[in-house]
Amino acid sequence: MKIHEYQAKEILASYGVPVPKGISTTTVEGSVKAAEELKTNGTSLFVVKAQIHAGGRGKGRTKKNNAKGVILCKSIEEVQEAAESLLNDILVTIQTGPSGQLIQRLYVTDGVDIEKEFYLGILLDRTVSKNVIMVSTEGGVEIEKVAEETPKKIIKAWVEPGMPLQVNQARMLAFSLGLKDGALKKGIKFIMGIYNAFLKTDADMIEINPLILTPDQEIIALDAKVSFDGNALFRHSHISELRDESEEDPFELEAQKYDLNYIKLDGNVGCMVNGAGLAMATMDIIKLSGGEPANFLDVGGGANVETVKNGFRIILDDPNVKAILINIFGGIVRCDRVANGVIEAVKDPEIAEKVTNVPIIVRLQGTNAAKAKEIIDNSDLNVISAVLLKEAADEVSKVLA
Amino acid sequence: MSILVGNQTRLIVQGFTGSEGTFHAEQMIAYGTPLVGGVTPGKGGQKHLDLPVFNTVKEAVESEGVNTTVIFVPPVFAADAIAEAAFSGIEVIICITEGIPINDMIVAKQIVKSHGATLIGPNCPGIITPGEAKIGIMPGNIFTPGSVGVVSRSGTLTYEAVDQLTKIGLGQSTAIGIGGDPVIGTTHLDAVKLFQDDFDTESIILIGEIGGSAEEEAAAYIKAHVNKPVVAFIAGSTAPPGRRMGHAGAIISGGKGTAQEKKRVLSEAGITVVDSPAEIGATLKSLL
Repeated sequence: MKIHEYQAKEILASYGVPVPKGISTTTVEGSVKAAEELKTNGTSLFVVKAQIHAGGRGKGRTKKNNAKGVILCKSIEEVQEAAESLLNDILVTIQTGPSGQLIQRLYVTDGVDIEKEFYLGILLDRTVSKNVIMVSTEGGVEIEKVAEETPKKIIKAWVEPGMPLQVNQARMLAFSLGLKDGALKKGIKFIMGIYNAFLKTDADMIEINPLILTPDQEIIALDAKVSFDGNALFRHSHISELRDESEEDPFELEAQKYDLNYIKLDGNVGCMVNGAGLAMATMDIIKLSGGEPANFLDVGGGANVETVKNGFRIILDDPNVKAILINIFGGIVRCDRVANGVIEAVKDPEIAEKVTNVPIIVRLQGTNAAKAKEIIDNSDLNVISAVLLKEAADEVSKVLA
Repeated sequence: MSILVGNQTRLIVQGFTGSEGTFHAEQMIAYGTPLVGGVTPGKGGQKHLDLPVFNTVKEAVESEGVNTTVIFVPPVFAADAIAEAAFSGIEVIICITEGIPINDMIVAKQIVKSHGATLIGPNCPGIITPGEAKIGIMPGNIFTPGSVGVVSRSGTLTYEAVDQLTKIGLGQSTAIGIGGDPVIGTTHLDAVKLFQDDFDTESIILIGEIGGSAEEEAAAYIKAHVNKPVVAFIAGSTAPPGRRMGHAGAIISGGKGTAQEKKRVLSEAGITVVDSPAEIGATLKSLL
């Protein structure tokens, strides 16, 4: 689960990780008030930051006003202008895709002086099943580029399972950033604190880019990207509450209500499948048959009339869909029941209207597959049935031709 | 012979009396799996499905000589159930449960490792040696005894591949669904090693998907050590980067873990990589 930068920084601060002073707001007036408050605490340089879940905000631009997602301001008037140019505009970054993301919230922060920029990231290293902390002196840039071009500039420490981070590991990482004296001590404390936050909150990713050294030799998280392990949210109710549904795709949110795992794509053939691996394989076969997948949709193990109906509705809400491939491998699920579910769903007036020009190919395999094919072939609906995956692929090619 | 499970298996179900545990225990018994009892804390001493229920895995091991367990415990308690099995000397631990927190699994996996046990899963369909032991949630009727070893991250995609094999007359030695989570016990590499060393396995089907580098690690081993024919399919050629495709582990990030890259590495290791998931069985048959 993703959260906003301002929320991430509040959580990190509660674990003793230094972050710049900042106030979040949803209005222009609020931004001005935030800047005034920061000014009374000694701030003379402000940063106004768009709060959307995607990264790359500093290099992104808004659609209407062509404003950058992160704006440095020297006065309260400039903060007001920045807030006016950002709020309710759509920010497009390399991570949002061309449709961009609506800016509904800003974070007004203290514009801290920077002496050096570093990178720090924490995540699971799947190859060894341990959490890894990575730091680099190459901060403020795309870390993927550093990893590819100069991998030696990324220093890593793996945390032993079930253990806290050891001080010698934090010290090694801090030394590798070239920190000395007071800054070294602060660096060690920062790294110990941020790993503790990662572990205690069940984060699945923390990225601080840049992590900065100020001219006063302070170590501060200038930006913060934190996401959490969805499977562990049951033990962190205060974190679950931070979920911002307005940042998520409305189709996907709707699907979640019905326990459907749906991701919208740009293609022309919708698909409905049980199991994530088979769903991806079905998307691949759509492409090999000359189409493009319009979605990923895993209906899970309990495919029944309701899930099939809701699946249809969500797929058909996408006007690009020219055909639908249903691919169910019935293991424990009986195919004849799914077949009846498909027929019932297609008879539903709301769905029936939308599917008149959308051919449906149903491939049911596994328990009672033959009976399921019979049920579909004997219905007078515009549904094409297949048993083998190859047959289903050929049918997709035919309807697209 | 076969790998990990078979006639030598003495199995218990952890989470035996729950609805999932009960349903699948019945299916496993019907298949002929050597199921000897189960564990539900607080229900020890009772009988369930005509088999003894124990409070702890330790009691089950001492009383019934258990060497294998399958876990249907809810996600909040599942990592602890894995650890309990390892502490009790169980050799093969199969965890079906979906939704276990990553940090819990990191610890459970370490405990399994330090006790020398083998973990399959979590979030997996289980393992089957056709005709001998079906341990998990897969439909037993599509499998048939034979010599093809199958390893896959995904459940229904495994069934698809196995169904193709069975329909063209190729039986399976053992089929393992290793699960789609970021932290899993047995990996593609571990399974391939076991299949290479198994006399009954004459060829291998390796099914992977986008994300991580487990398939690439298996490929390096196959190139150096495996002399049996290997056919592979990688799901997710059409998956967009940065989006998690159902499985927690199935995500392309920073340009890494794409299907194209995995296919390239596998092909270079001498593995026959199929582009279409409909051609897995036929392609293997053409190589034999």
